[in-house]
Amino acid sequence: MSRNAGILADCDVSAALISRKLVAGFLEAWRGAPLTVMEYHGDYLLLLRSTVRDEQSADAEQNVSADDIAYILYTSGSTGKPKGVVHTHRSALSFIEWCSGELTPDNEDRFSSHAPFHFDLSIFDIYVSLAHGATLVLIGDESGKQPVALARLIAERRISIWYSTPSVLRFLVEYGRLDQVDCSALRIVLFAGEVFPVKQLRALKAAWPGPTYYNLYGPTETNVCTFFQIPDPIPEDRLDPFPIGRACSGDRTMIANAGHGGAGNSMSGELLVSGESVMQAYWNLPEATDASFVVDESGVRWYRTGDAVLETREEGYVFVGRLDRMVKRRGYRVELGEIETALYVHSGISHVAVISSRDDDDGVIINAFVVTAEGARPSIIQMKRFCTEQLPAYMVPDRFIFLDALPRTSTDKVDYQQLSQLV
Amino acid sequence: MQATPPSDIKDAIKQYILDEFLPGENPDSLDDSTPLITGGVLDSIATVRLIAFIEERFGVQVDPHEMNADYLNFLPDIAALVASHLADNK
Repeated sequence: MSRNAGILADCDVSAALISRKLVAGFLEAWRGAPLTVMEYHGDYLLLLRSTVRDEQSADAEQNVSADDIAYILYTSGSTGKPKGVVHTHRSALSFIEWCSGELTPDNEDRFSSHAPFHFDLSIFDIYVSLAHGATLVLIGDESGKQPVALARLIAERRISIWYSTPSVLRFLVEYGRLDQVDCSALRIVLFAGEVFPVKQLRALKAAWPGPTYYNLYGPTETNVCTFFQIPDPIPEDRLDPFPIGRACSGDRTMIANAGHGGAGNSMSGELLVSGESVMQAYWNLPEATDASFVVDESGVRWYRTGDAVLETREEGYVFVGRLDRMVKRRGYRVELGEIETALYVHSGISHVAVISSRDDDDGVIINAFVVTAEGARPSIIQMKRFCTEQLPAYMVPDRFIFLDALPRTSTDKVDYQQLSQLV
Repeated sequence: MQATPPSDIKDAIKQYILDEFLPGENPDSLDDSTPLITGGVLDSIATVRLIAFIEERFGVQVDPHEMNADYLNFLPDIAALVASHLADNK
């Protein structure tokens, strides 16, 4: 609650809608300007900044321009303090217009809103559906977390366009009993936010053969800035995750010279993004904003994604990993995401996350957190032997830790910070 | 001084490998047929640490040409190597 109160105070909200049961804790944590609490509807209360009723809010509505702020989304900063990502109406529209051209939604479509509103996937759900007079089916927290209920909801509500993280889709394939429901209304499945291991994507396509699948890419700061349409069928020998593809939303992309972020490999480097979908700034953080952009000779501002990519002629950009997930171990450059990809090849593994830690004796230690599919848990020796077959020796994890499930953030991504506390 | 029986040697090496390189592993998973070097349990740094342990614990000197998978890939091989050096010391 103090995180929420801190965010709302930081971005200087005029009004907040809040569930009645949360209001006492919220007001206790609130450190901003005085608030007036009003009855709203059902279980909800409206909190208004006390000065707001004196302002001419009707006028403000008519004076909105494309470069005014549309929304601020907070992302966890590496320092632990959330940063507010400021997007204008223009930046949201550039993405919505691209979606309109590529996906050709119409008023027969039925979108799902599975992503929480504070996650930028919701920009697609809410505004692309609105722009085309389509139906938006809101999915509550409860059914969103129960795979069987979620699968049934997709079938019964005849969802035609689905957008979520790969984690949610994998969860549906593994536990959703997709063979028992008819999800044939689906025509488009979009995923973003993390790498979708090919093994599970293949399983999803087997369960849902109808829709066209897209991998969308983009940090909150750029919204979706590249995309890749998954080939149908997926070639049998494909083991590597699919690329993030080529620029969209009217954006331009380029790879930074080696030196930015330290990507020494000449084939890969940090992905930079420029264009309308890119954020205006971090709210109230001019220094962090400056640090996140590079300006080229012609004055164009490029957002530094912090993601290492490899550019291929055939498929566009391939996501290699976070630059800050590259570690040097025994003189070798080790990309932790690459170890995860290798472990996913193991048929007994359903989820994996690899993090590094420091040890006074050994320097960098590689820790692999592994969730096994139902059945026997492999021994650590078997895991090491498997890794030796897949990876160079310096990339074989030092430690294997078996978990029942990986900790996840509120946006269903693997919570690496929590994992780092387990080592 | 009486020579350490090979099974004791093997058990001590096994315990060291489990403690140092396989934390959390079920001891039964590490047996005589587990490939240590070719199976990724011992990388080059771990092999060096294992040798240091053997030399200190058993008072033997392992030759550089013995520090590879030909001599160190399986627990019985390592125990035999230690036993042969102990016999040389007599």
